[in-house]
Amino acid sequence: MNMIVSAIGQGLLWALLGLGLYLTFRILNFADMTVEGTFPLGAAVAVTSITQGVSPILATLLAGIIGVIAGLVTGLLYTKGKIPSLLAGILVMTAIYSINLRIMGKSNISLFGKANLFVSKFLNSLPKYFDSVFIGFLFILIFTLFVNFSLNTNFGQAFIATGDNPQMAKSLGIKTDRMIILGLMISNGLVGICGALIAQNNGYADINMGIGTIVIALASIIIGEVIFKNLTLNQRLIAVTLGSIIYRLLLLLVLQLGFNTNDLNLLSAIVLAICMMLPQLENKFNLKKAFLKGVKKHD
Amino acid sequence: MTNPVLELKEITTKVNQGTNQELTILKNISLKVNKGDYITIIGTNGSGKSTLFNVISGLMQVSVGKIYLNGEDITNLKEENRSKFLSRVFQDPKLGTAPRMTVAENLLLALKRGEKRNFLPRNLKNYFPQFIQLTKSMHNGLENRLNSPTEVLSGGQRQALSFLMAIIKKPDILLLDEHTAALDPKTSATLMNETDNQISRGHLTALMITHKLEDALKFGNYLLVLNQGKIKFIFSKEEKKKLTVNELEKFLI
Ligand SMILES: Nc1ncnc2c1ncn2[C@@H]1O[C@H](COP(=O)(O)OP(=O)(O)OP(=O)(O)O)[C@@H](O)[C@H]1O
Ligand SMILES: [Mg+2]
Repeated sequence: MNMIVSAIGQGLLWALLGLGLYLTFRILNFADMTVEGTFPLGAAVAVTSITQGVSPILATLLAGIIGVIAGLVTGLLYTKGKIPSLLAGILVMTAIYSINLRIMGKSNISLFGKANLFVSKFLNSLPKYFDSVFIGFLFILIFTLFVNFSLNTNFGQAFIATGDNPQMAKSLGIKTDRMIILGLMISNGLVGICGALIAQNNGYADINMGIGTIVIALASIIIGEVIFKNLTLNQRLIAVTLGSIIYRLLLLLVLQLGFNTNDLNLLSAIVLAICMMLPQLENKFNLKKAFLKGVKKHD
Repeated sequence: MTNPVLELKEITTKVNQGTNQELTILKNISLKVNKGDYITIIGTNGSGKSTLFNVISGLMQVSVGKIYLNGEDITNLKEENRSKFLSRVFQDPKLGTAPRMTVAENLLLALKRGEKRNFLPRNLKNYFPQFIQLTKSMHNGLENRLNSPTEVLSGGQRQALSFLMAIIKKPDILLLDEHTAALDPKTSATLMNETDNQISRGHLTALMITHKLEDALKFGNYLLVLNQGKIKFIFSKEEKKKLTVNELEKFLI
């Protein structure tokens, strides 16, 4: 039971990463590798500033702002510098690695004994792991509402159109470059905050904690899509969170099968690969049925 | 004498400049479009018709020459900014609409063509009466599909929608690039007639590319023949009346 609550808590906390990537990957059609850098960047900024005496709330906010800046850099490289999207993200991600080492001064900083978002009278009075459920739910609720509201404004509609058909968007006077830059900024801001939350929940920031984040984010998006089909945009945003929780439960399941946490990235990749192949496998399966029906003898 | 709505002055466009693939597409094109003009444009494949539209809409830069709108130099104005006064239906049905957005959402985007996109709720529902009335004019069932993503529409419905999107907010200049080419003859004829209706009812200034010589003769007050990047002939309404499709065919080459 405890394990399941823990997995749900992790799912809610990590959902912010999926929501961030949804904006770029799904809406803008932009595979943004920056997040592999922004996630540990958010963690590094939050943990380092907390150890310097900054309040956890402020430190988390700061992580978001730094994430926004990282997104801005990728956006400028792509739109003004005409660097292909994948490469622009990889450049910024690589640069952030060094920046993270600068910020932290070493490859791992512990928050042991320090204040953080998960240390408060109220949260400590909750049963075990419910603190992460509470904080995770609070953050994902606030930001899902924010993204949902934004997408349903005239601005948000222009943003969606930019990803859906950039040529049409331009011909309707939508400043697509600006939309892409803003999208990357908000997306990476969310990812930075997510990194800050995870680091505080784990009690440390580590230089390598970004590895695999893009796969985790895609997994929550795609699991949500595979399980819940034909959703409206608003429902899709919620499906990202559900996908993130289901992903954690799946990991819990495979860990129970005897794999250990060192295998996590391998398992994540396999889970994502299977989910991405599912629609195709389904088609094959239907084809096969149709084929069998076709060759069956008439009676 | 008032300025023409649109004036092209000795326009030349080159692509891949400075490489061995350099190609001059439009050659020294001059054209005046007055308010209320409805100009049909014909020309063989590759004669530069779409390129002419790309230049007018700002999708493509000119190498030499000037473009004026109501007497104002817009040669270096970006495509996004030209959208304030110009709208366009693309040759390719896929280019005109956002596939994952619904018909109503697409119409709303077009209604705000060239405007600043504010951070206020879009209030889509408020526009439904207007959208239903508008889509009904196309007589193809579009009014029942307002909540469908445009990717599930038929080609004819999609081009009709693209056309409505181009006129829902009255443009100073309307560019139609073979907007019925991908449609079956009957659907094509319906959309073409509706196009003519809307243009005359709205007193629109329009340029229309077509490969159908009958349409080029039937519609509009001028007919322009493009050949290898040059304007080869311009026929006025009176001259057009005397022309037959067979005669026109000879002028094409
Ligand atoms: N960006 C470009 N780069 C290189 N060549 C181009 C470019 N755009 C157009 N062309 C060439 O310019 C010529 C004119 O193209 P354009 O699309 O204007 O023709 P069109 O008259 O619209 O033809 P169609 O009837 O087939 O639509 C073609 O030979 C085309 O290959
Ligand atoms: Mg063309």
